[in-house]
Amino acid sequence: MAGASTLRLGAAQAIGLTRFEARAATRETPLVKWLILGTALTFFAVFLLMPLIAVFVEAMRKGWETYLSALIDPDALSALRLTLLAAAIALPLNLVFGVCAAWAIARFEFRGKHFLITLIDLPFSVSPVIAGLIYVLVFGAQGWLGPWLAEHDIKIIFAVPGIVLATVFVTFPFVARELIPLMQAQGKEEEEAAVVLGANGLQTFWYVTLPNVKWGLLYGVILTNARAMGEFGAVSVVSGHIRGETNTLPLHVEILYNEYQFAAAFAVASLLALLALVTLGIKTWIEHRAAHAHQDLHEGQS
Amino acid sequence: MNTATLATPLPRPSAPPRLRVLPGFRLTLGYTLAYLSLLVLIPLAAVFLKTAELSLAEFWNVVTAPRVVASYKLSFGMSLLAAGINAVFGLLLAWALVRYSFPGKKLIDALVDLPFALPTAVAGIALTALYAKNGWIGQFLEPLGIQVAFKPLGVLVALVFIGLPFVVRTVQPILEDLDTELEEAATSLGAQRWQAFRHVILPIVFPALLTGFALAFARAVGEYGSVIFIAGNLPMVSEITPLMIITKLEQYDYTGATAIATVMLILSFTLLLIINGLQAWTAKRTGRDR
Repeated sequence: MAGASTLRLGAAQAIGLTRFEARAATRETPLVKWLILGTALTFFAVFLLMPLIAVFVEAMRKGWETYLSALIDPDALSALRLTLLAAAIALPLNLVFGVCAAWAIARFEFRGKHFLITLIDLPFSVSPVIAGLIYVLVFGAQGWLGPWLAEHDIKIIFAVPGIVLATVFVTFPFVARELIPLMQAQGKEEEEAAVVLGANGLQTFWYVTLPNVKWGLLYGVILTNARAMGEFGAVSVVSGHIRGETNTLPLHVEILYNEYQFAAAFAVASLLALLALVTLGIKTWIEHRAAHAHQDLHEGQS
Repeated sequence: MNTATLATPLPRPSAPPRLRVLPGFRLTLGYTLAYLSLLVLIPLAAVFLKTAELSLAEFWNVVTAPRVVASYKLSFGMSLLAAGINAVFGLLLAWALVRYSFPGKKLIDALVDLPFALPTAVAGIALTALYAKNGWIGQFLEPLGIQVAFKPLGVLVALVFIGLPFVVRTVQPILEDLDTELEEAATSLGAQRWQAFRHVILPIVFPALLTGFALAFARAVGEYGSVIFIAGNLPMVSEITPLMIITKLEQYDYTGATAIATVMLILSFTLLLIINGLQAWTAKRTGRDR
């Protein structure tokens, strides 16, 4: 009996049914199934798919020439450079932090660990506008360090360093929160073995830890990158919107849009939408790879 | 060892001095704490210290000004509504993705994360284009007398967009882990399909659903980029609370901006605690690690 039902289950999977569809007890009547599926997919199409398509359609509304000229406009190019620069600084900073935090939290026991994890997650629960505001309060003309910075002719707010700071804040937890659960789940036996066999800390990390967590690390990195390049609210507060100097790509989109240059705004936006699609593509690929690596591990053990 | 000794645990001997094999504890923890303090904790503390410069009465006047109160009502009301809509449709979408096979499923599954990856400004102008009077969706709503873009309803649409993945991604793994045996048992005991859902599946999924709701709500309250394009930003009508902070900043009213930020931060921290509690509940209910 059990054998027969497994056989049927195998046949069902071969024609692409889920394990729930393959059993009578976990199946809905066709009417209910199509109602749920229809509602869910309509909701998906209206709220997620249509906005995405709209970006590209609106970008092309005035043809290729307008599209390309919006992208090679000097202001757009300088916004692109600043966006890449901010991401290029924020990414390694948060990567090093994430690895350090994960090593301390997942490899050692200490008091207040859960509280520390909550603190690391804090930037995600703070409104992006407040993320910008806090740096204005510290480094702005009216802020704590404002007078000292003015004396030494250092500009942070309404300048590039402020944009980098805001970007670091909003992408702060991504790498750490991917690595911590992964490293906790893997345990520290392999690393302890390496150390006992004479490896030093860096060798242990490089040859033992890193190969085990590479997918999680990459996952955290692409999420950090996507958010760093796309951040709007926090950066908007500290940027000062100086064209050609302190505008990132998302801020450039806003300026074009407010000047009623809709086709140009959507052209630049399509660049950012493309970045989002690439991010989702890599993310799906990583999940696929990680699932396979997991499967191989389990098959190897049994 | 018999069961009696198992049932009564021996008093644990005082922990021996822990032997650490792995190096780098002081270095990594020290760096973590320093980086966290410099970039997050000290700047955040600036909000509270700046607010402390105000007397209680002044603070109260700023945070209960009619225009600010109207913004709370809009932000909180629409965020609750959006999180509620996401809880219902997010559950349906997660259900469809886990239980049914249909063409394009993998693509749709990947695209659910779009609001996480798409810059909020891009989402904002795209939604505005869709729901404007002559937009793809707006043109059908206009004859019905429903205006979305540049109205409070626009805020709702933007908040539904950005909150959806939170519900789907917290509920989906729980649905995937469900044993088919549970429903088979319910059916063999005579339960209808709806009863099995109501009394067997829902209690298991509920903590995760509530977590997703809270996450979507927390994100929606602070959201700025996607909302300001579609909201119209009319004082007393369609101004969200984060926009009030920006408005005060543009008038160089730093203490005013900070006072409103304090209110929002207190709410965010409260939500964070609630979400942590909910996640612990989910873990307990389903036996999953967080």
